[in-house]
Amino acid sequence: MYGSDFPGEDAPGGLLGEVEAAEAALRSAAARDREVAGPDTDLADHFAEIVAADQKIEPRDWMPEAYRRTLIRQIAQHAHSEIIGMQPEGNWISRAPSLKRKAILLAKVQDEAGHGLYLYAAAETLGISRDELVDMLLEGRQKYSSIFNYPTLTWADVGAIGWLVDGAAIVNQVPLCRCSYGPYARAMIRVCKEESFHQRQGYEILHTLAHGTPAQQAMAQDAVDRWWYPSLAMFGPPDGDSTHSARSMAWKIKRFSNDELRQRFVDMCVGQAEVLGLTIPDPELRWNDERQAYDFTQPDYAELMRVISGDGPCNRQRMDHRRRAHHEGAWVREAAAAYAAKQASREKVAA
Amino acid sequence: MTEHTPLWEVFVRARRGLAHSHVGSLHAPDAELALRHARDLYTRRQEGVSIWVVPASAITASSPDEKDAFFDPAADKVYRHPTFYDVPEGVAHL
Repeated sequence: MYGSDFPGEDAPGGLLGEVEAAEAALRSAAARDREVAGPDTDLADHFAEIVAADQKIEPRDWMPEAYRRTLIRQIAQHAHSEIIGMQPEGNWISRAPSLKRKAILLAKVQDEAGHGLYLYAAAETLGISRDELVDMLLEGRQKYSSIFNYPTLTWADVGAIGWLVDGAAIVNQVPLCRCSYGPYARAMIRVCKEESFHQRQGYEILHTLAHGTPAQQAMAQDAVDRWWYPSLAMFGPPDGDSTHSARSMAWKIKRFSNDELRQRFVDMCVGQAEVLGLTIPDPELRWNDERQAYDFTQPDYAELMRVISGDGPCNRQRMDHRRRAHHEGAWVREAAAAYAAKQASREKVAA
Repeated sequence: MTEHTPLWEVFVRARRGLAHSHVGSLHAPDAELALRHARDLYTRRQEGVSIWVVPASAITASSPDEKDAFFDPAADKVYRHPTFYDVPEGVAHL
């Protein structure tokens, strides 16, 4: 029903192949010897054994409080990013250049809402309520990905977001399919399978523009020029400055470091840019035979910190829009609740 | 104001012949909306032919934290498994 069932889909491999492999690993770990805590098992030891055996921690299991807090923070930020991430692309739904492009973009933005909801549901299994999560976003107490604070100035930006932003997100997220927390891992498997459509639709938009008129080519190149470094910054600060990394790695929430994932992304993009006939805006980008990887210019991490702390091009606009949408939707939620209460009271009378 | 929109657990039958499996949860004020949300959220790509929604509050679960070993009674009944029995040589269809 997903990737592997699409007719003519590539043989296993690539990112979708990695997602399938993560799903198979989840099933086989579940099939291995059941780790049942006996009456004398120390709960902390039991937790450590399950994580060491690459099995999954499930909602009602004992877990260290810091593990729970780390997951809530990470999953919530991820969910908020999906919800805020609907805005930059939503900006182009009414102006997409054809009915086909419009329908596709609409489906894509709907998927982002769905991803946000899968992730909120996963976060809620850790004992925090949806209302608390929404409040924390609206009050600015929890963050979302810095990338969505950049504007989508042209139609080509929708392509660049699909190719680069969704591409970076997939590189980041595929290892999360193997996260030690079961509900998060399962949500990520779903998300990654759907993201792969997003990345391909973006690539197709850019490919079409890059093979169009000189003006269309220039528009595509301009979009790549603006989105390249913010996309590299999506992997977070360099390893030396990353505060939560080591512990998250030990808990198998995180599997690779920020810099490893960034390198993997750059190495993937070079060939894809060549096929597009577009230039990655980095004069220092070149193959390093010794490292068997591309050397590249790091993004401006001071800019990343500024954008995260609220001072990006669109932070205020994104939050204002989200608050307004939440506020203006209140009557719908109230009406639905009133209807449900009325139906319930009628059933009671009839009974 | 909607103080607390109920939580629903969603189960989807992927294809005819398979059992419903848990796929996730969602919030909705009543069962009908829960079903519609479940369709939009969990079956956008033809992942199912049938959906159940169950109020999360109606589920009673065993707890892995109960250290009195809830599942222990099953461990000492090896005779429930066919491999427990020695089949004499030459016996077929058993």
